[in-house]
Amino acid sequence: MAAEVKLAVRGAGKRYGEMDALKDCSLDVAPNSIVSIVGPSGCGKTTLLWSMSGLHGLTSGEVLLDGRRITGPHPDIGLVFQEANLLPWRNLMDNILFPFEVKHQKPDHGWIAHLLERVGLTGFEKNFPNELSGGMQQRASIVRALSLRPSVLLMDEPFGALDAFTREEMNQLVEEIWMETHTTIVFITHSIEEALFLSDKVVVLTPRPGRVLNTYEVPFERPRTMEIMAGKEVYDLTYRIKADIYGQSRMQARAAE
Amino acid sequence: MTDTATRDSEVVGGRVGKGLQSLSSFSSGQTKLEILAIIATAVVVIGGMELALLWFEVPQYVLPRPSEIVVALVGDFHLILPHLGHTLVVLFSGFAIGAGIGIVLAAVITQFPFAEKIIAPYILILVTTPMLALVPLLILRFGFGYEPRIIAVALASGPMVMINSATGFRRVDANKIALARSYGASTLQIFWKIRAPMALPMILVGLMIGAIFGLLTAVGAGMVGGGFGLGNRLTTYSSMIQMPQFFGVVLILSILGILIYVTFYLIGKKWASWEA
Ligand SMILES: Nc1ncnc2c1ncn2[C@@H]1O[C@H](COP(=O)(O)OP(=O)(O)OP(=O)(O)O)[C@@H](O)[C@H]1O
Ligand SMILES: [Mg+2]
Repeated sequence: MAAEVKLAVRGAGKRYGEMDALKDCSLDVAPNSIVSIVGPSGCGKTTLLWSMSGLHGLTSGEVLLDGRRITGPHPDIGLVFQEANLLPWRNLMDNILFPFEVKHQKPDHGWIAHLLERVGLTGFEKNFPNELSGGMQQRASIVRALSLRPSVLLMDEPFGALDAFTREEMNQLVEEIWMETHTTIVFITHSIEEALFLSDKVVVLTPRPGRVLNTYEVPFERPRTMEIMAGKEVYDLTYRIKADIYGQSRMQARAAE
Repeated sequence: MTDTATRDSEVVGGRVGKGLQSLSSFSSGQTKLEILAIIATAVVVIGGMELALLWFEVPQYVLPRPSEIVVALVGDFHLILPHLGHTLVVLFSGFAIGAGIGIVLAAVITQFPFAEKIIAPYILILVTTPMLALVPLLILRFGFGYEPRIIAVALASGPMVMINSATGFRRVDANKIALARSYGASTLQIFWKIRAPMALPMILVGLMIGAIFGLLTAVGAGMVGGGFGLGNRLTTYSSMIQMPQFFGVVLILSILGILIYVTFYLIGKKWASWEA
């Protein structure tokens, strides 16, 4: 079946000196879908995502956006970093306007105001990052990434540093934003729960060098209710993904003995 | 939602303010009571000195009374003022040259870690050598005018500004640079929008220390080079045993020092308070 592909990674390899961070990694992201990538720490997730964004090149293989090879940062791809990565010397609004400033582009103030409203940050435009909670900072960074209306949003463990409750709120927020914009999202996470709540597809990577170990379809309708998330199918998927990840590291531990 | 309330953000004047916490309380809001207490303490200290010097009949050439210092300063101010002017000209021009070169060199050199390693020892020598030592030599070469003093001030403040600015420019945050690059920022944009603001707090620290060093050198050069300037006044008044005038000049110098500190403290508070 020749399914439509928005973003494709083909045989991606990335070496740092003598070390392979990624090796022969391939995956497809369908248009308007959410794909989560999970895998053990240090397996090359950030490396993979930065390659998809065009921030750095690959040693081998390629990344295709709408069938065209990505060679550098692309205006159609938005990136949300592992930490909120706001500029501490700029207030919230100036942080959101930063991309427009760099691009010498007129900001769409109506759209930005709408996004701020959506994530509950209206009224905080003049606050500096150190005056905002971690959750608010990460919401601001999402607004910054969405302000340019990218067709693909890459998110690198965006909520990894947040507490469990804030994290669930943020997951719902991403779901709401997706239901409004249908932006294609690639989402890196350590949380299987988060991955299953958000995604159409979960990709499990191997330990370094990162390669795709397994891919799971998550075919539940949105919005995903607590009932769906507490159901047997989600439970089974969780179990299989955990077996993938922990099985690997246990096998590694045994091999090392 | 738990996080809609803004957390209390302590306003600290960046690192510049951190250095001297006691002074930083100057500009933070004070109650009437605190201001009264500060004034009362000053009155007690200065008044106490006045009374103690009177009581023990300390001779004026050892330590003049505060009142004598004020009287001398007011009475002879028209004589001191031109020298204050000379010293300020030396300080401002020397500092501007030194700081300008220091910041530019720091910005450039930190882009080349290899070159930086090679140059570092020489910068350290420039920082640690008292540039006052060069003044006699500079006078031989440039005469008794402004030039040798301006050069000495520039040499004293420049390396200080440079070494601190370099520390600032070296604070690269790969994620922030990646952020800028992800929006297609040019090298120049990355410099002005990421590296420079990130370095600013340290640059301000360097400017403050450099300015204080510059003041020291400007005064010292006046003492060595003779002729004019506040340093020259110090040697003249002490040789003529005009102690009230002498301490009047000392008072002017400490006010200059405090003004330098407060200026950079306020600039830091305005432009670098994010780094609390
Ligand atoms: N610039 C670099 N130079 C050298 N090695 C690097 C570089 N960036 C990453 N690595 C290495 O590549 C491997 C993969 O790193 P990466 O950050 O992609 O992992 P990750 O899966 O995102 O980890 P985490 O879950 O901790 O975020 C790690 O071993 C890391 O140390
Ligand atoms: Mg990572």
